[in-house]
This record gives sequence, C-alpha cells and structure tokens, in this order.
Amino acid sequence: MAVSGLLFIAFTLVHMYGNLKAFSGQEKFNDYAHHLREFGEPILPYEGFLWITRVGLLVALVAHVTSAVILARRASRARTTKYQYKKNKHSALSSRTMRWGGAALLLFIIWHLVNFSFGKVNPQTGETGAAAGDPYTLMVDTFDVWWMTVIYLVAMLALGFHLHHGTWSATQTLGYTNTATSRQRAKQAGWLLAIVIAGGFSLVPLSVMFGIIE
Amino acid sequence: MKLTLKIWRQATTDATGAMHTYQLDGVSEDMSFLEMLDVLNEQLNASDEEPIAFDSDCREGICGMCGLMINGQAHGPEVTTTCQLHMRSFKDGDEITIEPWRADAFPVLKDLCVDRSALDRMIQSGGYISANTGSAPDAHAAPVEKKKADRAFDVATCIGCGACVAACPNGSASLFLGAKITHLGELPQGQPERWDRVIGMVSQHDHDGFGGCTNIGECASACPKEIPLDVISQLNKDLRTAMVKGR
Ligand code: HEM
Ligand code: SF4
Ligand code: FES
Repeated sequence: MAVSGLLFIAFTLVHMYGNLKAFSGQEKFNDYAHHLREFGEPILPYEGFLWITRVGLLVALVAHVTSAVILARRASRARTTKYQYKKNKHSALSSRTMRWGGAALLLFIIWHLVNFSFGKVNPQTGETGAAAGDPYTLMVDTFDVWWMTVIYLVAMLALGFHLHHGTWSATQTLGYTNTATSRQRAKQAGWLLAIVIAGGFSLVPLSVMFGIIE
Repeated sequence: MKLTLKIWRQATTDATGAMHTYQLDGVSEDMSFLEMLDVLNEQLNASDEEPIAFDSDCREGICGMCGLMINGQAHGPEVTTTCQLHMRSFKDGDEITIEPWRADAFPVLKDLCVDRSALDRMIQSGGYISANTGSAPDAHAAPVEKKKADRAFDVATCIGCGACVAACPNGSASLFLGAKITHLGELPQGQPERWDRVIGMVSQHDHDGFGGCTNIGECASACPKEIPLDVISQLNKDLRTAMVKGR
C-alpha cells in the first residue's frame, strides 16, 4: 500500500508538472506529449518509456487496490456489531474517507484514460480517436464543457484528501515517524503535496474555464 | 444531578443485546463514573432487577480492567480511565450512552463486560523477556541510555485496557502492540528476542481478527495513558527489520 502509494505520488507530481506546459501554448504542449513518446530513444524503442511507466503504474494500481480491499474486509470483520453511538475525536476527515475517496479516484482515472489516453473522447465535438484532436485541442475542448471541469475539480479535491492522509500514512507504515517531530513533518508534507499536486492539476481546467488558456 | 442512561444489556455472549434506558437521580458530581453505576445497581437491586455487569478492579487508573464506551468515546470525554472519570464532566439532565468495547476479538461476556484475553494472547506470543529467576540484578548492572529509558518508561505505562481497539475505526490493536514492542525494544533486556517478538505478536494480532492499521489516529486520542502514535511507526520499523532478517 505504502510503496505503491509513494509511486503514485511521484507520478502525479511529474504529471502535474507536465500539464503546466499547457500555459506555454498549443505547440509546446503537443511537443511535450510527443517527446514523452520519444523519451529514452534510441536506447528505448518509440513509446518505450511510456510503456514502462504504464506497466509500472498498472502493477502499483493492482497492489494498491488489493491492499485496500484486504484492509477494508479485515476492518469490517473486526467489528461486526457497530456502536450505537461513536464519536471520532482527533482524526482527520481525510483519514476516514480513504476508501470512498479511493473508489472515486478509481472511477475518475478510468474516465480520464478514456477521455485523454486510449479512448480520446472529445466531449465537445463528440469525436473520438485521432479525430478528437491533438492533445492540446482535446484538453481545451474538454474543459470548455463546464461539467467536465467540475468532474475534474471534484476529482482533484478527492486527490487532495487522499494525498493529505496518504503521504503521512505511508511514512508511518514504512516506520519513518518514530518521534513526535518526524510525525509532525510527515503530516506537513501531506498538506504540502496535497496542495501542490491537487492545486497544480486544478490550474489547467480552471484556466481553460476562465479563458486564460484557449 | 439527574441523568438519563442508555445502557447496553446482554445476558450472555450468545444472547442478543439491546440498549435499555434508566433514569437516575441524586448523582453527585464528586462521584466517579463507576460509583454512579454502583448507585444505579443498588437501585436495580432494590427493585429486584438484574444489576448491570461492568468490570473494574483498582479504581485508581492503573489496572486497565474498567473501560466503557461513554457517549461514543472510549473512557468518556476526558483523557483518563473510566474509573478516574468523574461526574463533574457531565451536567444535570444529560443523556449518557454506555456501551461495551466493540470488537469481535473482545466478545461480550455480559452487559458491559468483554473478554480481553486476546491482548494476553498477544503478550504470550512475544511480549516478554526470558530471564533466569533468582535475586534481582543490581539496578545499574545493565546501563540504559537516558533517552531510551525515558521512552521505554513512557510507553510501559500502557495498562492494556483496550481503549485503542475500541476507538479504532478499523478495530486494530496496533497502539497496544506498538507500546509493548517499543517498551521492550528500547531496553537491552529486550534485544535477544526482539525480532521474533514482533513477528509473533503481529501474527497473533492478525490471527485473533483485529483489523489492520490505516493510521487514522483515534487510538492515541482515546488512550488514557497518552501512548503516542510513533509507537506504531516503531512497530512497523521493527516488523520491516525482522522481515529483512528473514524471521
Ligand atoms: C486536472 C487534472 C488532470 C489533467 C488536466 C490531466 C491531463 C492529462 C492528459 C492531457 C493526458 C494525455 C497525455 C498524452 O496524451 O500524452 C493524461 C494522461 C494520463 N493521466 Fe492525467 N490529468 C489530470 C489528472 C490525473 C490524475 C490525478 C491521474 C492519476 C492519479 C492521472 C493519470 C493519468 C494517466 C495514467 C494517464 C495516461 C498516460 C498514458 O497514456 O500512459 N491524471 N492526463
Ligand atoms: S495503548 Fe493505551 S488505550 Fe491501548 S491498551 Fe494500552 S493504555 Fe489502553
Ligand atoms: S479499574 Fe483499574 S484502571 Fe480503572
């Protein structure tokens, strides 16, 4: 859980940074998408790097979801008679919404890949595949549809929650927070990554909606 | 003061239980929570009703026997044990919900009493040191660094009450486990069996059906002895080291 989660943190950080290329205009953004496919050539074949990343992410996803299901099942078996009344005193909301938030993110990722990766569905023109347009056009067209932007922003809120708890939880699970200070730092890192990653991702759809990117 | 008490009643482990409502008058704010229940039981006795079964022993916060879910919080609203909770934490007219610890590893014996032997089984699976008996060794025979001695002492205050399990949304006993692992792991006497201890105790924990920890942190805020969350990190670190060592 922790190791696959850390891999997702690294991926989302890099992906978020890459998305910010949208602010450099259509050409730069499409060049970037193209370079991702040529990355590592000639040692790697065309799209070699991309496929290594895809396989790695898929393995991590399977590990992450499997651990989540096991933990959820153990938890439901550990207390089959629920409390009539239970207060949660000091825990963060994010820590108690990891399961629902994770499921929401999974749905989002499926749509997101259909939208931008292997499906390429342009919700504005209704075109799919190559006709959906270059990566930049597809992205701008998508976020020009207001409810698409809303879906993405809601997903980024869920991502922020997930990262807020996930970051500190991973360090704790790996046994790196053995003092009050290191625990506090890990929690601060959770806030930082949640804001930087979810916030950074949100900039692009927001900018399209407000006409800063067109 | 006058209180409305909603209390879980269950005749035996296999019987189905239910919440019962009782009215209690004349409660003084100087009474402890358990004394308040004693008064209720006298009232029940007087009217030929079965008194409410609840656990207690020392009534001074050191044995870990008492432990009730009071208004949705383990040991109630203060950072202390149920026996050291006083009625001044409540006010006249309050409605108080009282339930037993809820965990399948802690079956209800009767009313508010649960069987916490699962914690003892964890201790038997590694929460000890093997030493020859005889006269006690000199206190300074095995030097211990001040920092380690302090940490070991702080977490050795765990009284095994089970509040961490009761409060945990996952029903995990990781805080208890972490306290024991850290206590013995910080001391020279705990070293020879250190890596087998963590494997043994964690296996027993999982075997008895406690949930897995997802670092929510409700345990540490429920703990009457303020055992900090970093013992769970220590537990994970020891577990990782033990696995690398192939135990
Ligand atoms: C507002 C937020 C996001 C935007 C605007 C965005 C945008 C994009 C775009 C344009 C692509 C296609 C890139 C290309 O064709 O080269 C893409 C691919 C992808 N995105 Fe996102 N993304 C966002 C959030 C996320 C999040 C949160 C995740 C995962 C947790 C994610 C995972 C992926 C994956 C796995 C791919 C596929 C890469 C591949 O084709 O192998 N994205 N994204
Ligand atoms: S860690 Fe705290 S709450 Fe858990 S058993 Fe020990 S004293 Fe009780
Ligand atoms: S009765 Fe001993 S700790 Fe409460």
